[in-house]
Amino acid sequence: MIGSNLSSAIAMKTQPILTLEHVGKTYANGTVALQDFNLAVEPNTITSLVGPSGCGKSTVLRIISELGDLSTGRMTWRSGNDHKLAYVFQEAALMPWATVMDNIRLPLKLAKVPKRQALGLVSEAIAQVGLQGFERVYPRELSGGMKMRVSIARALVTRPNVLLMDEPFGALDEMTRGKLNQDLLQLQHQRNLTILFVTHSIYEAVYLAHRVVVMASKPGRVVADIAIDSPHPRDPDYRTSAQFNRYCREVSHSLSDAMGESLALAL
Amino acid sequence: MLSTTLEQPTATPKWVKSLLSPDVLAPIIVGLVLLTAWELAVRITNTPPYLLPGPILILQTLAKDWPTLIPSWFVTMKIAFTALVAATVSGLFVAILFAQSKWIERSFFPYAVLLQTTPIVAVAPLIIIWLKNNTFAALVVCAWIVAFFPIVSNTVLGLNSTDPSLVNLFKLNKANRWQTLWYLRLPTSLPYFLAGLRISGGLALIGAVVAEFVAGTGGAQSGLAYQILIAGYNLQIPRMFAALLLITVSGIAIFAALSALSNVLLKNWHSSAMKHEN
Repeated sequence: MIGSNLSSAIAMKTQPILTLEHVGKTYANGTVALQDFNLAVEPNTITSLVGPSGCGKSTVLRIISELGDLSTGRMTWRSGNDHKLAYVFQEAALMPWATVMDNIRLPLKLAKVPKRQALGLVSEAIAQVGLQGFERVYPRELSGGMKMRVSIARALVTRPNVLLMDEPFGALDEMTRGKLNQDLLQLQHQRNLTILFVTHSIYEAVYLAHRVVVMASKPGRVVADIAIDSPHPRDPDYRTSAQFNRYCREVSHSLSDAMGESLALAL
Repeated sequence: MLSTTLEQPTATPKWVKSLLSPDVLAPIIVGLVLLTAWELAVRITNTPPYLLPGPILILQTLAKDWPTLIPSWFVTMKIAFTALVAATVSGLFVAILFAQSKWIERSFFPYAVLLQTTPIVAVAPLIIIWLKNNTFAALVVCAWIVAFFPIVSNTVLGLNSTDPSLVNLFKLNKANRWQTLWYLRLPTSLPYFLAGLRISGGLALIGAVVAEFVAGTGGAQSGLAYQILIAGYNLQIPRMFAALLLITVSGIAIFAALSALSNVLLKNWHSSAMKHEN
């Protein structure tokens, strides 16, 4: 039993859940958002996409979620296509007229899940993000961090195995951000989630991820792909470790190299 | 026990406090000052009542002519209310239709504007001729024309003001057109619709009065506008003012009622209905 679990885990490690090959995206106005973008996502890992504004990080998530289409190249899911996606946006994007509970229930309502079953899933999601006691509260009464928790619970309620997060904690203060990072690591392990995490913050990218993909803009492309080989999930002490600092420096260097390069091109 | 019974009378009830707030008190004082000035001016200059009656005389006339004025008030209110309900139902329907596709909106919106820009006084005679067998319906149609557009234009704006991230969320969850309408677009448009409704409430009353003026119908079905016309012919100027006062007060009451409705519906979530503390 344990052996078979282990071997399947190893098998999954070798087979990416999602592969993007030579993906390009050109918008109608001629802007090249992505050029020859390649990415293979390992299941049950967190992959951070980090880069300057306009480097196409969000475009990657839009293509994966099929909110946007790709102009060239190919996107393939692991055979069987058993993935179930959820998306967490930059802003919490809650319905102001609905309570916390109704907001989280929305995806189930849209999928016409029977009420009893839906309420069970909702309370499970609420418990997982620590929102117990706030079920009947309206979004306006919540802080930014709490709103983001509702947004994450709404994403989790359909029990996805792939979570796309587009700068979800960008607008939060440092303390809240740290707490949510911690909780996200826990969730990823509890639920065996594959997470693609777009962020501006180098520290956040390194702290969360198994792997950091550094991108550059004009056109959007990958300039570095750095594996973060530290034990996972991590605790806050990791933030002060030498290893963490080394990885941050590495990511930072490849970012500034990329920026310098694009500057040189512009000149 | 004793202390509570003793304290009871000294505590000011909440409603008294709210009546004593500057928001209520200030306009009341201004109103009283203006009315007193009016009354004094009329008395000092000895203005005859057929030119300008004073407020006291107007109130006396209102009380005296109550039996004639109230049935007319009821007729006018019935026209305005029916027109408002019709405008709400048809306005919502048309707005939802417009919001289904940019093409429908593009093609038909200019014609909705046409209803708004056509002077009601100019078309009322036509409508009254067309519906000559049913004056009530003719008057309702006139009032409806005036009340229809604010509801349509506001609701369309609301239906198109959805949060782009929420639209994406609905798309990702494979929501169909009706789910998106019911769970996202209609709730988003509610504050806009209610703002339109408040405007239309007053307009329906004005539309009803204007249409009555044009129709000039007498008999049992005569509204307040007819009373104003007749009072004018007979130089019963105080009665004219009394009828005018009834119309104005009714307009204010409609606006207040619709504002209250708006506050009740939006109190939990929309900033327009929330108390802000800084």
